[in-house]
Amino acid sequence: MLASSSWLHFVQTLGHPRLLFDSMLTSIKLPIVIRAEINLVLVVVTALGLLSRLYGINFPKAVVFDEVYYGQFVSLYTKQVFFIDESGPPLGHMILAFGAYLGGFDGNFIWNRIGAEYSSNVPVWSLRLIPALAGSLCVPLCYLLVVELGYSHLTALGAALLFLMENSLIVQSRFMLLESVLIFFLLLAVVSYLRFHNAQSGSPVRLAWLVLTGVTCACAVGVKYMGLFTYFLLLGLAAVHTWQLIGDRALSNGVVLMQVVTRFLALVVLPLLLYLGFFYVHLNLLYRSGPHDQMMSSAFQASLEGGLARITQGQPLEVAYGSQVTLRSVSSKPIPCWLHSHKANYPIRYENGRGSSHQQQVTCYPFKDVNNWWIIKDPGRFVQDLVVSSPPRPVRHGDVVQLLHGMTSRLLNTHDVAAPMSPHAQEVSGYIDFNVSMPAQNLWKVDIANREAEQDVWKTILSEVRLIHINTSAVLKLSGSSLPEWGYRQLEVVGDKIYKGYQPSGVWNVEEHRYGRSLEQRERELELHSPTHIDINRNLTFIAKFLELQWKMLTVKHEDSEHKYSSSPLEWITMNTNIAYWLHPASNAQIHLIGNFVTWTLANLALAVYVLLFLSYLLRRRRKIEDIPEATWCQLLQAGVVCAGGWAVNYLPFFMMEKTLFLYHYLPALTFQILLIPVVLEHLHTHMLRWAPMTRLGLWIESGHRRSRTFAQGRKRLREPFQRKALLKTCFVECITLILLVSTSTWDQRTLGPETV
Amino acid sequence: MEKHTDPRNHATCVAKNGLLKFDYVVRVLRTFCRYFMKHIGWDETHFGKMGSYYINRTFFFDVHPPLGKMLIGLAGYMTGYDGTYPFLKPGDRYEHHNYWGMRGFCASLGSCLPPFAYLTVLELSQSPTAALITAAVLAFDTGCITISQYILLDPILMFFIMGAVLSMVKFNRQRYRPFSTPWWFWLVLTGVNLSGALGVKFVGLFVILLVGMNTAWDLWSLLGDLHLSLIDFGKHVLSRVFGLILLPLFLYVTIFAVHFVVLNKSGPGDGFFSSAFQSRLIGNNLHNASMPEYLAYGSIITVKNLRIAGGYLHSHWHLYPEGVGAKQQQVTAYLHKDYNNMWLVHRSNDSDAQSGEPDLVRHGDIIQLEHKETTRNLHSHLHEAPLTKKHFQVTGYGINGTGDPNDLWQVEVCGGRKGDLVKVLRSKVRFLHRATGCVLYSSGKTLPKWGWEQVEITCSPYLKETPNSQWNIEDHINTKLPNISLSVLKPHFLEILLESHIVMIRGNSGLKPKDNEMNSKPWHWPINYQGLRFSGVNETEYRVYLLGNPVIWWLNLVSLGLYVVMVAVASLALRRGVQLDKRRIEHCRVLMEGGGLLLLGWLLHYVPFYTMGRILYYHHYFPAMLFSSMLTGITLDTLLQSADLWLRPPYSDWLLRGGQAMLFLAILDSFYMFHPLSYGMRGPLAHDPDSTMAGLKWMDSWEF
Repeated sequence: MLASSSWLHFVQTLGHPRLLFDSMLTSIKLPIVIRAEINLVLVVVTALGLLSRLYGINFPKAVVFDEVYYGQFVSLYTKQVFFIDESGPPLGHMILAFGAYLGGFDGNFIWNRIGAEYSSNVPVWSLRLIPALAGSLCVPLCYLLVVELGYSHLTALGAALLFLMENSLIVQSRFMLLESVLIFFLLLAVVSYLRFHNAQSGSPVRLAWLVLTGVTCACAVGVKYMGLFTYFLLLGLAAVHTWQLIGDRALSNGVVLMQVVTRFLALVVLPLLLYLGFFYVHLNLLYRSGPHDQMMSSAFQASLEGGLARITQGQPLEVAYGSQVTLRSVSSKPIPCWLHSHKANYPIRYENGRGSSHQQQVTCYPFKDVNNWWIIKDPGRFVQDLVVSSPPRPVRHGDVVQLLHGMTSRLLNTHDVAAPMSPHAQEVSGYIDFNVSMPAQNLWKVDIANREAEQDVWKTILSEVRLIHINTSAVLKLSGSSLPEWGYRQLEVVGDKIYKGYQPSGVWNVEEHRYGRSLEQRERELELHSPTHIDINRNLTFIAKFLELQWKMLTVKHEDSEHKYSSSPLEWITMNTNIAYWLHPASNAQIHLIGNFVTWTLANLALAVYVLLFLSYLLRRRRKIEDIPEATWCQLLQAGVVCAGGWAVNYLPFFMMEKTLFLYHYLPALTFQILLIPVVLEHLHTHMLRWAPMTRLGLWIESGHRRSRTFAQGRKRLREPFQRKALLKTCFVECITLILLVSTSTWDQRTLGPETV
Repeated sequence: MEKHTDPRNHATCVAKNGLLKFDYVVRVLRTFCRYFMKHIGWDETHFGKMGSYYINRTFFFDVHPPLGKMLIGLAGYMTGYDGTYPFLKPGDRYEHHNYWGMRGFCASLGSCLPPFAYLTVLELSQSPTAALITAAVLAFDTGCITISQYILLDPILMFFIMGAVLSMVKFNRQRYRPFSTPWWFWLVLTGVNLSGALGVKFVGLFVILLVGMNTAWDLWSLLGDLHLSLIDFGKHVLSRVFGLILLPLFLYVTIFAVHFVVLNKSGPGDGFFSSAFQSRLIGNNLHNASMPEYLAYGSIITVKNLRIAGGYLHSHWHLYPEGVGAKQQQVTAYLHKDYNNMWLVHRSNDSDAQSGEPDLVRHGDIIQLEHKETTRNLHSHLHEAPLTKKHFQVTGYGINGTGDPNDLWQVEVCGGRKGDLVKVLRSKVRFLHRATGCVLYSSGKTLPKWGWEQVEITCSPYLKETPNSQWNIEDHINTKLPNISLSVLKPHFLEILLESHIVMIRGNSGLKPKDNEMNSKPWHWPINYQGLRFSGVNETEYRVYLLGNPVIWWLNLVSLGLYVVMVAVASLALRRGVQLDKRRIEHCRVLMEGGGLLLLGWLLHYVPFYTMGRILYYHHYFPAMLFSSMLTGITLDTLLQSADLWLRPPYSDWLLRGGQAMLFLAILDSFYMFHPLSYGMRGPLAHDPDSTMAGLKWMDSWEF
């Protein structure tokens, strides 16, 4: 009952006071009595959290920092247009888009510049509402977490207050950003796991907490991949607890098995299913084609409404002799492109003096063009005979074909001449007979890479095909380099003699396809210009789409960009960096992401003290010197795993990442580190020194807060954008709670609550 | 006690016999064919060449620490190689050069691996069968054979790794006789091997980690032993600190000291190092040089970027091509010394008062830099840079020193104040562009062909202090100023050590995979997905292909999975208190302790590659493969020994014998099938039915 009553405290703090049913429904006796317990501290803390995070969130009415990034996706969501964001799974965007949906946002806003004024159709308040709510609910969660770790309510209050007054977290919560949502899920996952662990075995509430752990873990991972770190930490903790359970020989094997299976289902299987579920919803919501279509395979694109689907809808499925096709390279590196040729020959001599065949260029071209059309020809027939017979004769795996360029009627050819940019490979050309003893070598074997049977038919869009040259066994391949001026900077296509395994650059699929009907070249050209139409529909399964999307998200590399406010992980601990989130174009009003110096320092100190304490206890216990009782040691250990461990798993991996990093990446780690402060203080207080009552800490923070406010007003006259370093040096003031450094004019108009200063 | 030692003696006896037999076989196998291939294979171009550098004492740069190449050089020197062979490209013939000593040295170190593995597994499991399986796996693995045949660092590295593991295991066995002579011997030997491993390649760090973890665990159990006084415990700690930290560190530093003493002539590696470093090298123009101390107007200078391997500010008679910013003269960074690196310092207002004392350049002064050869000024403007799109383009502009306001640069000494003089070689200088406020920057990216593959120079609007935007003045010619001797600059040994490490680490992480190339990925390795071509491509050539014996590698992979399952079962059984007999408990102990150590070794030598951004090759897996093979020995042996879990005695015994026989036969047979991979193939490729390797191309990705 203890568990459920505290849970109710939490629910009550959300502003919906619910009641605890004293007697279960099964044993209803009259009169029905309802008793409510309200933890007032929790209510107050929650109210403060809401106040600090929600007050005046529609200011500024302009794009603040990464809102410019998330905003695009919110717009695309409201328009249900497909996109790929490699930075994280879709749940985060979905949550933000839900805010947009509540506010009735129509998605019509161009997110291109930080500081751009929002137009009137953008519901700023509701866009920022959900992150702010999540951010404010973190405050009571901190309280609950510390209580669950077994510390006193005063300590828990300290933790909540420290979290409440951490201005970097306030700033991050007040805008349309995802960190606060992530932190919310992380804290909730930890709290519910601890609840599960502390609850008495056998109670149904316990199972509910376990399930909630799984659900929130999935949500955390669904918002950002960073959530994985905490998820793994919890899994590790759960594994240790389960191992202890297995070692309990008082339990029967059946019970142990049940427990292990339940935990596995709730903590591993359930999150996996939910993760898939997020993608399912994502893919179902976004059914229209959009800006990132090109990155996906033809089959994927065809499943989206508009875009490629409009073209490919109704194409014949089986490629037959006489088919007119465009061939897309399966590899989308460097960019997606189609096999192409045009009326221009390779230069007789290249710049470096090497010779070429001077035959017609064959390239890969990243735009739709009539010159991308090729006709599949049966080598046994004449060039004139380019229509599909009825019934059509499909091309199968292993068949030998010729490829005729639609507009120029040249046959795709390769020979032992070095390719222009990649001399180790063969040149590919449209064959022209110059009568220079260079015979045509234009036979290609169709090798379907993803065939299901040996006699599989070449299918439009679905089949991934290698074209293997008959005489030289070279494979038609995109080399990845682009041609110089004479090749119009299109991409080079070569015949690769040394072909290793499966390489996407050597595999092609038919994208557009129709059966050729025209006998004459002129007619055929007209036909090539006309759009395709005949009806067949095809769809990818959800799993196929999920796998493709997930793979693309993990492998898409965006250019390593340098950013003015990017920082390295080392700078985070010392808070040696900040980010200017927003700057008023006319007045000097600014919003900065910068931490509370006191909290930051205290957190670092607490961590150091904790590590020292832990090591000394550990070594002394090894020598059987027990300074503290076993229970306290276990408590300290658990707090360490959650808080110090949470800090470490959310911080240390950044040292190995090669992407551009910002201060806000540190916030989840900081959250856990902050929780360590009161924990360490209480431990010191009760077991080591007996000084520094917790209230003093609260007073100290409060005074620091007050002082920094005067400091903020003192800086009002500052005209230059302030330099962080100078700030740290000149201001001995411990507490830089400077979030909104607003110049005189805006300051007077917008009265901001003291919590947001 | 007597009864206990007896079977052990028997085991050791069998072990010794087996060891001798294996050692012999291995030596024959490895030396069998290394004389046959009379031309360079694969990376021999590098390491052979570096061996020659040691013999010729010319300075070079390599991303690996020097021990391996030093030993190669030494082996060559002892066997009469004169260091004159150029090692140009794979496939060149050695002709009359005396290369066999270097190859023989590597091969003999490589042949030590199976016996070492044998002894290690024997120590861990006390089972000669397990040890024999391991030794067979390593001896008949085509990959291990191929990689040991050539002048490469890998056999040397693997020798030291195995040596360290073996001595660590031996040391662990001495646990009950602390501070005895063998105890000290194995401790010191572990330390020596660790320094050797790290001295060959940085991969040695992983084995250091392994030994470190083992030692920490060891100390932890000692600490828990309350019979041991804290003083004794302190002795244990100190002796390990000496044997496993101080001694290896000393040896490692000594290796570098020898390296620097031996290589005292200027060579191809100079440009990678700072100006101060170069002043040590005979033949370098900074060696015993003297030049004016402070930068002055009218001086001719070269400017070197402070990024390690940063290059000199360079320009030449070529323009940026159409479409790359403004079509003005290129400015690049160039690693080699060249007359095109010379720049002339001008005052901004251009009223060069040439008379009298030359003026010195001070912090905050505004100058122009005129390219000596082409008389263009260093210039920047608001066009995007060729590769780093967020930066501005830097060009050469104007003629004969006349230009426009975009040619003005402000000199800033890092950490200096207004009026400070600019010291040659010692001051870090930034050049701030007056008009746009950006700073002269070397991005480290290589320009395409039009830029002669030199390094991009940009003007960065981000004013963060990085070595990329800091420069020093290296050569300084001004006849009007008195020269001072630069011998004061000669860096301290520790400075050299530090710098060479930074250069090596940068060099290592600078080896980025190119986008369009087929790269080897860590997941390819355990499944033997793709090998490496050592020499020969075509049908007519003599081909050697580095590929593990697939039967053995897949056996290793299966064993890894088996091991995890077996350990899980064993620990669950122990945890739930299932009654086990003594033999079974011993099996569990071997699996969990011995196997655990090996699994840890495998993980440490394999998993970190997933996080590496640098380019990876197939042969990086070989150290991990050693551990995996040892684990295979223990796993399969334990599995077969436990046959009586599901079969009754006579049958289980048959299964045991039969299984062992099958295993050895499979290993030998697969070796016979795949041996041409290591000993060379001629004739058609494997997809041709006439080939000697016909039918053996089991995976499409193999290229033989």
